Amino acid sequence: MEMIQGVQIDLISAERLDRLTAMEKIRLILDDVMEGNIVVLEKGLAPDEQSKLIEITMREITPDGFSGIEMETYPVKESSDGFLAKLFGGKRSEARLTVIGPANQLKTIKKEKDLISAWVSSK
Amino acid sequence: MNLLVRTKQKISQFFNVFFGKRVCRIGIYGPPNAGKTTLANRIVRDWTGDAVGPVSEVPHETRRVRRKQDITITGKNGSSITFDIVDTPGVTTKIDYKEFIEYGLEKEEAVKRAREATEGVAEAMHWLREDIDGVIYMLDATQDPFQQVNIMMVGIIESRKLPILIVANKNDLPDASPARIKSAFPQHPMVAISSLEGTNVDELYEKMTAYFR
Repeated sequence: MEMIQGVQIDLISAERLDRLTAMEKIRLILDDVMEGNIVVLEKGLAPDEQSKLIEITMREITPDGFSGIEMETYPVKESSDGFLAKLFGGKRSEARLTVIGPANQLKTIKKEKDLISAWVSSK
Repeated sequence: MNLLVRTKQKISQFFNVFFGKRVCRIGIYGPPNAGKTTLANRIVRDWTGDAVGPVSEVPHETRRVRRKQDITITGKNGSSITFDIVDTPGVTTKIDYKEFIEYGLEKEEAVKRAREATEGVAEAMHWLREDIDGVIYMLDATQDPFQQVNIMMVGIIESRKLPILIVANKNDLPDASPARIKSAFPQHPMVAISSLEGTNVDELYEKMTAYFR
Protein backbone atom coordinates (compact mmCIF):
# COMPACT_ATOMS: atom_id res chain seq x y z
CA MET A 1 0.00 0.00 0.00
CA GLU A 2 1.35 3.41 -0.92
CA MET A 3 1.82 5.56 2.19
CA ILE A 4 0.44 9.06 2.14
CA GLN A 5 2.78 11.66 3.59
CA GLY A 6 1.21 13.30 6.60
CA VAL A 7 0.59 13.40 10.30
CA GLN A 8 -1.50 11.01 12.37
CA ILE A 9 -4.18 12.62 14.54
CA ASP A 10 -5.66 10.64 17.42
CA LEU A 11 -8.96 11.87 18.83
CA ILE A 12 -9.51 10.43 22.30
CA SER A 13 -13.06 10.39 23.61
CA ALA A 14 -14.13 11.61 27.05
CA GLU A 15 -15.38 8.07 27.85
CA ARG A 16 -11.97 6.54 27.18
CA LEU A 17 -10.24 9.23 29.24
CA ASP A 18 -12.65 8.71 32.13
CA ARG A 19 -11.63 5.04 32.32
CA LEU A 20 -7.94 5.89 32.76
CA THR A 21 -5.96 6.89 35.85
CA ALA A 22 -3.94 10.12 35.76
CA MET A 23 -0.67 8.34 34.98
CA GLU A 24 -2.30 6.17 32.30
CA LYS A 25 -3.64 9.30 30.58
CA ILE A 26 -0.23 11.01 30.71
CA ARG A 27 1.57 7.92 29.37
CA LEU A 28 -1.01 7.50 26.59
CA ILE A 29 -0.60 11.15 25.54
CA LEU A 30 3.19 11.27 25.76
CA ASP A 31 3.81 7.93 24.01
CA ASP A 32 1.56 9.09 21.18
CA VAL A 33 3.09 12.57 20.92
CA MET A 34 6.65 11.23 21.09
CA GLU A 35 5.91 9.19 17.96
CA GLY A 36 5.12 12.44 16.17
CA ASN A 37 1.34 12.21 16.40
CA ILE A 38 -1.16 14.90 17.33
CA VAL A 39 -3.53 14.05 20.18
CA VAL A 40 -6.92 15.67 20.57
CA LEU A 41 -8.67 15.09 23.90
CA GLU A 42 -12.42 15.50 23.89
CA LYS A 43 -12.17 16.43 27.56
CA GLY A 44 -8.94 17.99 28.78
CA LEU A 45 -6.84 17.19 31.80
CA ALA A 46 -7.48 18.21 35.42
CA PRO A 47 -5.00 20.77 36.84
CA ASP A 48 -3.15 18.12 38.83
CA GLU A 49 -2.82 15.96 35.71
CA GLN A 50 -1.51 18.98 33.77
CA SER A 51 1.07 19.56 36.50
CA LYS A 52 2.26 15.93 36.23
CA LEU A 53 2.21 16.12 32.42
CA ILE A 54 4.62 19.08 32.50
CA GLU A 55 6.89 17.27 34.97
CA ILE A 56 7.00 13.99 33.03
CA THR A 57 7.39 15.80 29.68
CA MET A 58 10.53 17.42 31.09
CA ARG A 59 11.94 14.02 32.03
CA GLU A 60 11.43 12.73 28.44
CA ILE A 61 13.29 15.55 26.66
CA THR A 62 16.54 14.50 24.96
CA PRO A 63 19.03 16.46 22.79
CA ASP A 64 18.18 16.09 19.07
CA GLY A 65 15.22 13.90 20.07
CA PHE A 66 11.99 14.85 21.83
CA SER A 67 11.96 18.56 22.69
CA GLY A 68 8.67 18.75 24.58
CA ILE A 69 5.04 19.43 23.83
CA GLU A 70 2.85 22.19 22.52
CA MET A 71 -0.57 22.17 24.13
CA GLU A 72 -3.61 24.31 23.57
CA THR A 73 -6.98 24.41 25.22
CA TYR A 74 -9.71 26.96 25.82
CA PRO A 75 -9.73 28.91 29.09
CA VAL A 76 -11.46 27.04 31.91
CA LYS A 77 -15.13 27.76 32.38
CA GLU A 78 -16.07 28.19 36.01
CA SER A 79 -19.61 27.11 36.70
CA SER A 80 -21.43 27.04 40.01
CA ASP A 81 -23.62 23.98 40.33
CA GLY A 82 -26.86 25.37 41.73
CA PHE A 83 -27.94 26.24 45.24
CA LEU A 84 -25.80 23.80 47.27
CA ALA A 85 -22.62 24.66 45.38
CA LYS A 86 -23.32 28.34 45.95
CA LEU A 87 -24.01 27.70 49.63
CA PHE A 88 -20.70 25.86 50.12
CA GLY A 89 -18.80 28.02 47.67
CA GLY A 90 -18.16 25.05 45.39
CA LYS A 91 -17.12 25.69 41.85
CA ARG A 92 -16.65 23.13 39.13
CA SER A 93 -13.79 23.66 36.73
CA GLU A 94 -14.59 22.13 33.40
CA ALA A 95 -11.72 20.60 31.45
CA ARG A 96 -12.16 21.42 27.78
CA LEU A 97 -11.19 20.24 24.30
CA THR A 98 -7.40 20.03 24.21
CA VAL A 99 -4.86 19.51 21.46
CA ILE A 100 -1.34 18.26 22.27
CA GLY A 101 1.51 17.68 19.85
CA PRO A 102 5.31 17.61 19.60
CA ALA A 103 6.74 21.11 20.16
CA ASN A 104 8.76 20.92 16.94
CA GLN A 105 5.73 20.00 14.81
CA LEU A 106 2.72 21.81 16.30
CA LYS A 107 2.66 25.60 16.34
CA THR A 108 -0.17 27.79 17.54
CA ILE A 109 -0.92 30.50 15.01
CA LYS A 110 -3.73 32.29 16.74
CA LYS A 111 -5.53 31.85 20.01
CA GLU A 112 -8.70 33.56 21.05
CA LYS A 113 -11.06 32.65 23.83
CA ASP A 114 -13.27 30.74 21.41
CA LEU A 115 -10.95 29.84 18.53
CA ILE A 116 -7.60 28.08 18.39
CA SER A 117 -5.77 28.05 15.09
CA ALA A 118 -2.76 25.73 14.83
CA TRP A 119 -0.35 24.54 12.17
CA VAL A 120 1.12 21.04 11.99
CA SER A 121 4.18 19.94 10.07
CA SER A 122 5.25 16.34 9.36
CA LYS A 123 8.49 15.07 10.90
CA MET B 1 16.34 48.70 58.14
CA ASN B 2 15.94 50.29 61.54
CA LEU B 3 16.50 48.75 64.94
CA LEU B 4 12.78 48.48 65.71
CA VAL B 5 12.10 46.39 62.61
CA ARG B 6 15.14 44.21 63.29
CA THR B 7 13.99 43.60 66.86
CA LYS B 8 10.47 42.73 65.69
CA GLN B 9 11.96 40.21 63.24
CA LYS B 10 14.02 38.54 65.96
CA ILE B 11 10.98 38.30 68.27
CA SER B 12 8.83 36.87 65.48
CA GLN B 13 11.52 34.30 64.55
CA PHE B 14 11.84 33.33 68.23
CA PHE B 15 8.09 32.72 68.54
CA ASN B 16 8.02 30.72 65.30
CA VAL B 17 10.79 28.44 66.57
CA PHE B 18 9.30 28.26 70.08
CA PHE B 19 5.82 27.24 68.90
CA GLY B 20 7.10 25.07 66.05
CA LYS B 21 5.21 27.09 63.47
CA ARG B 22 6.48 26.60 59.93
CA VAL B 23 7.22 29.82 58.10
CA CYS B 24 5.04 30.41 55.03
CA ARG B 25 6.81 29.64 51.74
CA ILE B 26 6.10 32.01 48.88
CA GLY B 27 7.08 30.71 45.45
CA ILE B 28 7.90 33.01 42.56
CA TYR B 29 6.58 31.23 39.47
CA GLY B 30 6.22 32.25 35.84
CA PRO B 31 7.53 31.59 32.32
CA PRO B 32 11.28 31.83 31.57
CA ASN B 33 12.77 35.35 31.41
CA ALA B 34 9.91 37.06 33.25
CA GLY B 35 12.35 38.45 35.83
CA LYS B 36 11.70 36.07 38.74
CA THR B 37 15.28 35.99 40.03
CA THR B 38 15.62 39.77 39.61
CA LEU B 39 12.59 40.16 41.89
CA ALA B 40 13.79 37.50 44.36
CA ASN B 41 17.16 39.29 44.54
CA ARG B 42 15.44 42.64 45.11
CA ILE B 43 13.21 41.31 47.90
CA VAL B 44 16.13 39.61 49.62
CA ARG B 45 18.46 42.60 49.14
CA ASP B 46 15.85 45.11 50.36
CA TRP B 47 15.07 43.17 53.53
CA THR B 48 18.23 41.21 54.38
CA GLY B 49 21.00 42.79 52.29
CA ASP B 50 21.79 39.42 50.64
CA ALA B 51 21.08 37.91 47.15
CA VAL B 52 19.48 34.76 45.76
CA GLY B 53 21.10 34.00 42.42
CA PRO B 54 22.55 35.27 39.13
CA VAL B 55 20.40 36.70 36.31
CA SER B 56 20.88 36.56 32.53
CA GLU B 57 19.20 37.43 29.24
CA VAL B 58 19.62 33.81 28.13
CA PRO B 59 16.46 31.92 29.16
CA HIS B 60 16.66 29.29 31.93
CA GLU B 61 19.44 30.99 33.89
CA THR B 62 17.76 29.62 37.05
CA ARG B 63 17.81 25.84 36.80
CA ARG B 64 17.49 24.91 40.44
CA VAL B 65 14.84 25.96 42.95
CA ARG B 66 16.48 28.33 45.45
CA ARG B 67 15.06 29.15 48.85
CA LYS B 68 16.00 32.07 51.05
CA GLN B 69 14.69 31.62 54.56
CA ASP B 70 13.13 33.93 57.11
CA ILE B 71 12.56 37.19 55.30
CA THR B 72 10.41 39.64 57.19
CA ILE B 73 8.84 42.52 55.31
CA THR B 74 6.94 45.32 56.96
CA GLY B 75 4.20 47.43 55.38
CA LYS B 76 3.56 51.13 55.94
CA ASN B 77 0.98 50.48 58.67
CA GLY B 78 3.48 48.36 60.60
CA SER B 79 2.00 44.96 59.75
CA SER B 80 4.64 42.46 58.78
CA ILE B 81 4.99 38.89 57.49
CA THR B 82 7.87 36.46 57.73
CA PHE B 83 8.29 33.98 54.91
CA ASP B 84 10.76 31.95 52.89
CA ILE B 85 11.10 33.16 49.30
CA VAL B 86 11.38 30.33 46.78
CA ASP B 87 12.82 31.34 43.41
CA THR B 88 11.90 28.77 40.75
CA PRO B 89 13.08 27.96 37.20
CA GLY B 90 10.75 29.30 34.48
CA VAL B 91 8.02 26.80 33.68
CA THR B 92 7.54 25.67 30.09
CA THR B 93 6.35 22.58 28.20
CA LYS B 94 9.28 22.57 25.76
CA ILE B 95 13.05 23.04 25.90
CA ASP B 96 15.35 22.75 22.89
CA TYR B 97 19.09 23.22 23.39
CA LYS B 98 19.32 24.84 19.91
CA GLU B 99 17.58 27.91 21.38
CA PHE B 100 20.64 28.48 23.61
CA ILE B 101 23.02 28.14 20.66
CA GLU B 102 21.22 31.15 19.15
CA TYR B 103 22.36 33.09 22.24
CA GLY B 104 25.98 32.19 21.45
CA LEU B 105 26.49 29.12 23.65
CA GLU B 106 28.63 26.19 22.42
CA LYS B 107 26.68 22.98 21.68
CA GLU B 108 28.02 21.09 24.70
CA GLU B 109 27.17 23.94 27.04
CA ALA B 110 23.72 24.38 25.44
CA VAL B 111 22.89 20.67 25.83
CA LYS B 112 23.95 20.80 29.50
CA ARG B 113 21.88 23.93 30.07
CA ALA B 114 18.83 22.26 28.46
CA ARG B 115 19.22 19.13 30.58
CA GLU B 116 19.53 21.16 33.77
CA ALA B 117 16.56 23.33 32.72
CA THR B 118 14.32 20.25 32.24
CA GLU B 119 15.29 19.02 35.70
CA GLY B 120 14.63 22.49 37.12
CA VAL B 121 11.10 22.71 35.65
CA ALA B 122 10.24 19.26 37.02
CA GLU B 123 11.60 20.32 40.41
CA ALA B 124 9.55 23.55 40.36
CA MET B 125 6.35 21.58 39.64
CA HIS B 126 7.15 19.21 42.47
CA TRP B 127 7.64 22.10 44.92
CA LEU B 128 4.30 23.55 43.86
CA ARG B 129 2.52 20.31 44.69
CA GLU B 130 4.27 19.76 48.02
CA ASP B 131 5.90 22.77 49.63
CA ILE B 132 4.47 26.13 48.56
CA ASP B 133 1.90 28.15 50.56
CA GLY B 134 1.46 31.20 48.31
CA VAL B 135 2.50 32.24 44.81
CA ILE B 136 3.77 35.38 43.16
CA TYR B 137 3.00 34.66 39.49
CA MET B 138 5.34 36.79 37.47
CA LEU B 139 4.73 37.83 33.87
CA ASP B 140 6.66 39.92 31.40
CA ALA B 141 4.21 42.76 30.69
CA THR B 142 5.49 43.09 27.11
CA GLN B 143 4.46 39.47 26.30
CA ASP B 144 1.10 37.85 25.59
CA PRO B 145 -0.29 36.71 28.98
CA PHE B 146 -2.73 34.29 27.28
CA GLN B 147 0.04 31.79 26.47
CA GLN B 148 -1.08 28.28 27.34
CA VAL B 149 1.60 27.75 29.98
CA ASN B 150 0.28 30.76 31.97
CA ILE B 151 -3.33 29.60 31.71
CA MET B 152 -2.27 26.12 32.84
CA MET B 153 -0.06 27.30 35.69
CA VAL B 154 -2.65 29.70 37.13
CA GLY B 155 -5.23 26.88 36.88
CA ILE B 156 -2.88 24.47 38.67
CA ILE B 157 -2.16 27.01 41.45
CA GLU B 158 -5.88 27.81 41.83
CA SER B 159 -6.72 24.10 42.08
CA ARG B 160 -4.31 23.84 45.01
CA LYS B 161 -6.21 26.74 46.63
CA LEU B 162 -3.03 28.79 47.05
CA PRO B 163 -3.26 32.60 47.12
CA ILE B 164 -1.87 34.12 43.90
CA LEU B 165 -0.51 37.61 43.47
CA ILE B 166 0.03 38.45 39.80
CA VAL B 167 3.04 40.65 39.10
CA ALA B 168 3.28 42.44 35.75
CA ASN B 169 7.01 42.98 35.43
CA LYS B 170 9.17 45.00 33.00
CA ASN B 171 6.72 47.86 33.27
CA ASP B 172 9.57 50.26 32.47
CA LEU B 173 9.59 49.06 28.84
CA PRO B 174 7.58 51.12 26.30
CA ASP B 175 5.39 48.26 25.01
CA ALA B 176 4.47 46.95 28.49
CA SER B 177 0.75 46.43 29.00
CA PRO B 178 -0.26 45.58 32.57
CA ALA B 179 -3.92 46.11 31.55
CA ARG B 180 -3.66 43.12 29.19
CA ILE B 181 -2.37 41.00 32.10
CA LYS B 182 -5.19 42.21 34.36
CA SER B 183 -7.72 41.27 31.67
CA ALA B 184 -6.21 37.76 31.47
CA PHE B 185 -6.44 37.09 35.22
CA PRO B 186 -9.11 39.45 36.61
CA GLN B 187 -9.82 37.07 39.51
CA HIS B 188 -6.46 37.79 41.20
CA PRO B 189 -4.85 40.95 42.61
CA MET B 190 -2.15 42.41 40.37
CA VAL B 191 0.77 44.79 40.84
CA ALA B 192 2.68 46.36 37.94
CA ILE B 193 6.38 46.82 38.72
CA SER B 194 9.85 47.01 37.26
CA SER B 195 11.94 44.69 39.41
CA LEU B 196 15.07 45.84 37.58
CA GLU B 197 14.53 49.52 38.38
CA GLY B 198 12.62 48.97 41.60
CA THR B 199 9.57 50.90 40.38
CA ASN B 200 6.46 50.25 42.47
CA VAL B 201 8.00 47.44 44.54
CA ASP B 202 6.77 49.22 47.68
CA GLU B 203 3.20 48.59 46.51
CA LEU B 204 4.13 44.93 45.98
CA TYR B 205 5.42 44.71 49.57
CA GLU B 206 2.18 46.30 50.84
CA LYS B 207 0.11 43.77 48.89
CA MET B 208 2.28 40.91 50.12
CA THR B 209 1.82 41.84 53.79
CA ALA B 210 -1.94 42.08 53.26
CA TYR B 211 -2.40 39.07 51.00
CA PHE B 212 -0.07 36.32 52.28
CA ARG B 213 -0.93 36.61 55.97
